[in-house]
This record gives sequence, C-alpha cells and structure tokens, in this order.
Amino acid sequence: MTTAPPLAPHRQRAVLRQALVVGLATGLYGVSFGALSVAAGLDFWQTMALSALLFSGGSQFAFVGVVAAGGAGSAAVATATLLGIRNGLYGLQMAGPLGVRGVRRLAAAQLTIDESTAVGIVQPEPSGRRLGFWATGLAVFACWNLMTAVGALVGDALGDTRRFGLDAMAAAAFLALLWPRLRGGEPWAVAVLAAAVAILCVPALPAGLPVITAAVVAVAVGTVRAGRASGRTAS
Amino acid sequence: MTLWAAVLLACGLAYATKLAGYLVPPAWLAGRATARALGLLPVALLAALVGVQTFAAPGPSLVLDARVAGVAAAVVALVLRAPFLVVLVVAAAVAALVRAAGWAA
Repeated sequence: MTTAPPLAPHRQRAVLRQALVVGLATGLYGVSFGALSVAAGLDFWQTMALSALLFSGGSQFAFVGVVAAGGAGSAAVATATLLGIRNGLYGLQMAGPLGVRGVRRLAAAQLTIDESTAVGIVQPEPSGRRLGFWATGLAVFACWNLMTAVGALVGDALGDTRRFGLDAMAAAAFLALLWPRLRGGEPWAVAVLAAAVAILCVPALPAGLPVITAAVVAVAVGTVRAGRASGRTAS
Repeated sequence: MTLWAAVLLACGLAYATKLAGYLVPPAWLAGRATARALGLLPVALLAALVGVQTFAAPGPSLVLDARVAGVAAAVVALVLRAPFLVVLVVAAAVAALVRAAGWAA
C-alpha cells in the first residue's frame, strides 16, 4: 500500500511550490480573521485557540460572526459545526490516498480543510497526492496561525472597527468563500433562498438562529426538488 | 455557556468531524440524497451568513447601512477575479469611505 514509486524531483518541487503559494495566500487572510475575532469580543487567546484547534476558516468566521451579532454560544457552535461537516467529507476522500494510521491519522485529520484536500486530490500520482496534502496543510496551518496573531493584535489597536468598515469586511469574507461554489443553477438557487430566508428571519429569531434555519430550509428544498427531478427522469 | 466553553466545544466538534471522515466506512455516505444535502450545506450556510452580516443590526432588526455599499464593491471585485484579501480590503475601504463621507451609518 505504501510502496508507491517516489516522486520525481521536478514534480516534488512543483507540488511544494503549489503548497507554499496556497499556504501564503490563505494564510494572509488570517489577518482579517484575527481582526474580526477581537472586534467580535473574543480575546487574543480565544482567537488563537480557534485558529490552532478549530482550524477551518469558514467555521471560524461563522463562529465570530454569530458572536458579533450577539448570538448565544450554542448558536455559534452549531453554525461553525454545520459549516465544518464538509471537512468530514474531505476526510472520506483523503483516507484512501493518504493511507494513514495512528498518530499520523490524528495529525492528518486536523489538517483536513478545503485547501489541503484541493491541492492533494488534483495531483496525478499517489505520492504527489500525499505530498500535496501534507505540504499544503502544514503551510496553511503555519501562515494562518501567524497571521491570525498579527490580525488579533492589530484589531485590538484599531478601537472602533466600524469606522474602518470591518463589519462590511465580515460580510465580504462570507461572500468570497461562497463565490467559487456558485457554479451552476442549483447552488445559485439554494444560495438565494438561504439568504432570503435568513434575512426575513432576522427580526423574528434570536441572533444566530436565522442562519441555521435558512440553511436547513434551503438544503431541504434543494434536496427534495433534485429528488423529484431525478425521479421524473428515471420513470 | 461561557465564551471559552463555546470556543473549546466548537474546536472539539470540528476535530471530531474531521476525524470521522477517516474512521467511517466510505459506504456510509452512499445515499445520494444525503451526499447531495451535505454538498449543498456550505453554500446555504455561507449565503445565509452573507445576508445576515449585510443587513442585521442589534435589536435584532434589519437596516440598510454602509455595509451594503461594501458588499456591492466586493461583488465587483469578485467579478473582476480579485484575490480574497483584495476583496475584503475593497469592501472595508468602501464602507469606511461611505461612513466618513456621512452618506450612510
């Protein structure tokens, strides 16, 4: 199982370069997470705990977003956890290619995020997939945590963050994370429905719950409609 | 729940979710409806978060303020294929300008 041929030196360099570029690019926006987190009311160490232990950008932004809106801790936990389910799906995909056991499996799980899975899975050869995953995961982890610390310190010094448009930056962060996923009609329909339901629920529900409610409604409608469509084509 | 408890609980659940991917048999997700729903979940959650972060105000209530201008600028930046960090800086800068000029709260 682990007897895959070693990677040619030029391929090794290519994969490592890719990992480094992704690590630096992703790590950079750890600055925005750090700044938003302290603006939301988390302290420096709570912010760092999220980056080191939770280590999944979307979930981290979601957690501090709910806290910033005055939502309960349980709503923040639920939103972050639901958004993190995709990491479990990535683990399902990477378990075979990585073939890890014991401590290495525990480490691989922590590094299983959008970026490490994306760079790993696209490599043509098995040893390339392993190198791509580990190198990208470690590069993002290092840069993300370093830049989170910078952002948290800068955010603390900013004071009134609304004056600097940091609340608009939070909305833009979710939009930028959503953007690459909007390929095709179905994701667009689900996105528009979810955003509309969430906005309509804002005055009616405690902070944090509109997001969860909207996501559940949109996914349910999307799944039922798709099920009907495939049922028609089958019959 | 204290903030620290929420932070650590979210961290624990995130790790458990990641590890579960390596521990469950692949056949566990064979149901097409389940796979489809889980695939749509990030889209729905992120879109809902965009909506709430753009329009929600303490109360809770809905408001139109400088954030809308910031998010509109972010859309333009995304259409122009700007990198993630540029999109965020553009959104913050436009919202800050609109507030500094007194055009919106």
